[in-house]
Amino acid sequence: MLIAILSFAALALILGLVLGFAAIYFKVEGDPVVEQIDKLLPQTQCGQCSFAGCRPYAEAIAANEVDINRCPPGGEATIHALADLLDREPVELDEECGVEAITTLAVIDEERCIGCTLCIQACPVDAILGAAKQMHTVISDECTGCDLCLEPCPVDCIDMVAEPLSTQNWGWQNPVLSQEPVP
Amino acid sequence: MKYPHDTFPGGLKLAGHKAISNQQTIQEAPLSKHFVLPLHQHIGEASLPNVEVGDKVLKGQKIASAQDYVSVPLHAPTSGTIIDISEQPIPHPSGLSAPCITLEADGKDEWINLDPVADFTTLSEHEIRQRIRDAGIVGLGGAGFPSFIKLNPHTHHHVETLIINGIECEPYITCDDMLMRERADKIIAGIVIIRRALRVKQCIIAIEDNKPEAATAMQQAIENRSDIGDTDVMVIPTRYPAGSEKQLVQAVTGKTVPSGGLPLDVSIVCHNVGTCYAIAQAIFHGEPLISRIVTVTGEAVDKPRNFETLIGTPINLLLEHCGSKLSEDDHLIMGGPMMGFELLRYDLPVIKTCNCVLTRISSSKPKPQPLPCIRCGDCAVACPVSLLPQQLYWYTRANDLEKARDYNLFDCIECGCCSYVCPSEIPLVQYFRYAKTEAMTIEAEKRKSEHARDRYDTRLARIALEKEEKAERQRQRKAALAASKKAAEAEKQAEQQDTPT
Ligand code: SF4
Ligand code: SF4
Repeated sequence: MLIAILSFAALALILGLVLGFAAIYFKVEGDPVVEQIDKLLPQTQCGQCSFAGCRPYAEAIAANEVDINRCPPGGEATIHALADLLDREPVELDEECGVEAITTLAVIDEERCIGCTLCIQACPVDAILGAAKQMHTVISDECTGCDLCLEPCPVDCIDMVAEPLSTQNWGWQNPVLSQEPVP
Repeated sequence: MKYPHDTFPGGLKLAGHKAISNQQTIQEAPLSKHFVLPLHQHIGEASLPNVEVGDKVLKGQKIASAQDYVSVPLHAPTSGTIIDISEQPIPHPSGLSAPCITLEADGKDEWINLDPVADFTTLSEHEIRQRIRDAGIVGLGGAGFPSFIKLNPHTHHHVETLIINGIECEPYITCDDMLMRERADKIIAGIVIIRRALRVKQCIIAIEDNKPEAATAMQQAIENRSDIGDTDVMVIPTRYPAGSEKQLVQAVTGKTVPSGGLPLDVSIVCHNVGTCYAIAQAIFHGEPLISRIVTVTGEAVDKPRNFETLIGTPINLLLEHCGSKLSEDDHLIMGGPMMGFELLRYDLPVIKTCNCVLTRISSSKPKPQPLPCIRCGDCAVACPVSLLPQQLYWYTRANDLEKARDYNLFDCIECGCCSYVCPSEIPLVQYFRYAKTEAMTIEAEKRKSEHARDRYDTRLARIALEKEEKAERQRQRKAALAASKKAAEAEKQAEQQDTPT
């Protein structure tokens, strides 16, 4: 009896120590769930979800504080991906946040720009180039189409335009849309 | 002559319909008044115009330069005036417009000074590649990949076998057939140059057994030349799609190109016979690629035949010349019936990759409504890449592109064999084309969002740093202020002590 108790106590001690060391040695940086959720969000950084950016929203989702349907740029695809990851039911996009639309890019009307730098401060990804009293311009490759620069512009010279369809970005249609076979 | 000892899986035995267009010799197409020249006729970056509207140019003059490594220049097909540089409708499955240079011919067809090389052995391999690039040569078999890149084995590859593709497996098309029959010597001359650039020992010219005249002509041309080395004609049993690069490698050598790889991975390089001809023209005559052979065939033309056509010639000029009987609801296809695409208008220009203009064909009946998949497995038997089309179809319909990729979606060569045999008439290949573009878009979006995250994080870090610096400056200023105050007070006190009250 005593031997059994002692040996189990010793075993518990050793395993406890091993676990304790493992926790220190193999410490995981950051919260992997937040990381994974953030990876699925489109990184538009538009704040339509009512958070300050994609990461804060990811943190809130991880903490189970909000629903997964608050990201309009990601739309249905993102909701499904999040539902898959978190093992939740997919839900409809929350209309309060906005509607899923095609991605647009900001274009500054350079004639009207007064060089106030307000849009530069608003851009979450530093995609606007310019200096005080100098005309500004958008680096279209970096623009995420978040709309955040529209509001601050005092002369209303920024437009969101859809990328024109060209032979470069054109893709084949889904045949399901043109004919409806029964699967 | 050699015979293959291997073959590829699946494939189809199709009626050739070649005799419609290969009974006449190659004719020169009539000179058009206007030429529309798309800046993007090859895989890679579009070329960049180096002429302006109003410029007079000579035949063969460079009018647009290569913009990147994977890019080639563009040349004027005849002498005349540049009248426009703008977006014009081009032959493309989308039916969209793209930037083009429009040339008005002056009718003189006057060449620029050419720089032919009499003895190409004086050129280094690099010089050969450079000349081929400057001549704007791309793969004329259909894909339009810049040829000079495929003449560069790179340092870590050793090319064992050069395969010359004279298969032309799609029904109706006969431009390579006619080229081999009539200009075999020139093709062989091109092969000699390619052999030198690639330093290959062995070369095989693969021709399907439905083109015996072409095979004999090529064999004769080999025998006529002493400096051709180990080069043989190989006659391959006719089966679609034997002309597709990976299937050809398998049929000729028995080697399988790895999934996602290139023939170069198994020490093989393939070039089309038309490309060989263009290379000979470029080196021995100094002529850039400004024309190609185009088959005009089908039931809606009276005199189907092959034309030596200047790039940029409007297709309707060729059709008129063949006695076109096209009616309103006739389809016009660029390429063959299996892999070609429909043209939405008749006035589109001939481009470097246009091998065939196909008018009405008897099999172009309206497509019936697809029925449900009955899991018969016929598509998997027909697939020359040994894919599982019904599985791919399933996942594409469910929009599960990850899964489709796991089933090697990107190895699909879009040959259409699966759609052809499907008893339920499911347009399988259309699903796979769609799935591929969709998967690529998703990947591009993913890359873009990663990039945006990086930029967002950098911005946050920058703002935090600025804030800290500001606070630091404020602290320093405060400290300095306090110090100077203290100093002033100390002075004051000292003064007070000094002055007697
Ligand atoms: S051939 Fe058609 S019906 Fe038969 S398994 Fe393939 S997709 Fe299904
Ligand atoms: S289209 Fe793709 S899946 Fe269908 S047979 Fe050809 S390679 Fe196979």
